Amino acid sequence: MSVEAWTYVTVGVTFAAYLYIGYLNRVKDTGGFYVAGRGVPAVFNGAAVGADWMSAASFISMAGLISFMGYDGTVYLMGWTGGYVLLALLLAPYLRKYGKYTIPDFVGDRYYSSTARVVAAFCAIFVSLTYVAGQMRGVGIVFSRFLNVPIEVGVIIGMAIVSFFAVLGGMKGITWTQVAQYSVLIVAYLIPAVAIAWVLTGNPIPQLSFTFSDIVPRLNEIQTDLGFTEYTQPFSAKPMLDVFCITLALMAGTAGLPHILVRFYTVPSVRSARYSAAWALLFIALLYTTAPALAAFARYNLIDSLHGKTLEEINEYQWVQSWQATGLLSFEDKNGDGKIELTPDTATSEMSVDRDIIVLSTPEVARLAPWVIALVAAGGLAAALSTAAGLLLVISSSIAHDIYDRLINPDASEAKRLMVGRVMIFLAVIVAGIFGIYPPGFVAQVVAFAFGLAAASFFPVILLGIFDSRTNRQGAIWGMVVGIGFTGLYIIGNKFFGMPAWFLGISSEGIGTIGMILNLIVTFVVSRLTPPPPIEIRRMVEEVRVPRGAGASTSH
Amino acid sequence: MEEGQGVRDAGLRAYWRANKVLIAILLVIWALVSLVFSILLAEPLYQIRVGSLPMSFWWAQQGSMVVFVLLIFFYAWFMDRLDEKYDVHEDRPGRPAQPTAPGGGDGGGEQ
Repeated sequence: MSVEAWTYVTVGVTFAAYLYIGYLNRVKDTGGFYVAGRGVPAVFNGAAVGADWMSAASFISMAGLISFMGYDGTVYLMGWTGGYVLLALLLAPYLRKYGKYTIPDFVGDRYYSSTARVVAAFCAIFVSLTYVAGQMRGVGIVFSRFLNVPIEVGVIIGMAIVSFFAVLGGMKGITWTQVAQYSVLIVAYLIPAVAIAWVLTGNPIPQLSFTFSDIVPRLNEIQTDLGFTEYTQPFSAKPMLDVFCITLALMAGTAGLPHILVRFYTVPSVRSARYSAAWALLFIALLYTTAPALAAFARYNLIDSLHGKTLEEINEYQWVQSWQATGLLSFEDKNGDGKIELTPDTATSEMSVDRDIIVLSTPEVARLAPWVIALVAAGGLAAALSTAAGLLLVISSSIAHDIYDRLINPDASEAKRLMVGRVMIFLAVIVAGIFGIYPPGFVAQVVAFAFGLAAASFFPVILLGIFDSRTNRQGAIWGMVVGIGFTGLYIIGNKFFGMPAWFLGISSEGIGTIGMILNLIVTFVVSRLTPPPPIEIRRMVEEVRVPRGAGASTSH
Repeated sequence: MEEGQGVRDAGLRAYWRANKVLIAILLVIWALVSLVFSILLAEPLYQIRVGSLPMSFWWAQQGSMVVFVLLIFFYAWFMDRLDEKYDVHEDRPGRPAQPTAPGGGDGGGEQ
């Protein structure tokens, strides 16, 4: 059977499974719709967090990015995993004890302020929208590459699938499809990685062959010969301070992303919130420790099989031909010596390689069976769809629950609230689809924006809300305004209006760290210059610090 | 009554203090493996090898993530003990809630 036929089968079967799971988990009340009835066991919530977390960017682009960045690719590896330590120790158990539906719920209640609730709701919408844009695009790219379907059609198919289980099942439908999607994506990621590790080093465990085989030293040697810096050389892509700030911004941003935080409302107890954070990171680390191995192997293999060969020799590789057809891989013998050479300078380099190839082409490079290639397509789709679904729920809950239920129509009946939730998630799918068809920018780049804003808004406000009972409404609102204002203006100015990275040369990806520190300082100082929060708020803070009684707070 | 409340408050304060100490210790380890070993000390640790990799590179692309996972499991495990010790643990940890437990929103078993 051909690759394309296999891909139709795999994508068809997995999509049918998602629809079936979504149908089984349809819900009848807002508790099911927003927090899956708080009945998700820790391990499964961990898997759902993993799927929620690992996006099209993690699955398709991350290994490629690392492959091109070398050492400095660690900003993504540590940044997107280290945040779970902050989340598990500082936020998740207490949010579960508090136990309502959304993050703006917590912010609004803790800071006894509708203004804070609305600011938080808008932040949640903004962060999730920036993030979801890349996901639908990812769906389109996978469809166009593997099934020769136009990107637009791929996006629309993805929208149809997501809207089915999200509208019908809300958080409950999303959670259980995410568990299935995690299984698909991790298997799809590991099989080619194990295969290429086996082919290149004879050791099938990518993490071990990465650490102990001689591939990386050989890659270092080749890179130096070609005039690059060593692959393992730190700070060749970015200066140390920037690497530090980006890592920290991604960590704090991870801990502050609303679509991850709300997942901890869905477990039955505080204890299971702690354990599900641990399972989540274990499941994520499985992919994240494989990615750098894959990055180095694929880079080694790419240079080793293509550099210094003639065009005829290169074109004998089946995978080279199929990737040239997509335009992601191209060759041009610029100096006319008959050989294709890779050089650090793009003006003289005769190979141009798109980063997304690293993951997508691995199965073909390692000469795996066509069904593995099909599985990678299904894995990429699972990663994109599951993340999109989680984000869409946050967008819809911010509008339907935080703004409509709480502010516009607090007397709405349960049935009406549920209906508004369903309508909003459907509208959110359409908006996300439009972003997918008319993408605002490069997938991973766009995702990085969301983190800076989450780091500068939610993380400090929730952290101080739990750990500092003196923090009051005025402090929190000013902290958020300053944090988001500074970070947002810096990113927008730097990315779109040619503003130089004036703050110590920190790039727009890393500026969230500074925004977060500003937020913390402003919140702390303003809180102490203004009256303390009322006594019932202090009681609430004391209450969330203690696990006992979390079951009781499931009622809304 | 008053006195019982006072004893309980003191217990809760001690619980919270113990929790904060534990968090602080674990976050120091967290910062050490990620921000210090992998970034600030990237150059000095580059000369030492782990397997065939420079040590700082290994911390940056493998070791730190392994430590992160261990830290969270350890925290969850240790907090089970702290919760018990200060008698703030939830009812029947790890087992499904009793049917008598309050909580109208708990619709986990519906369908």
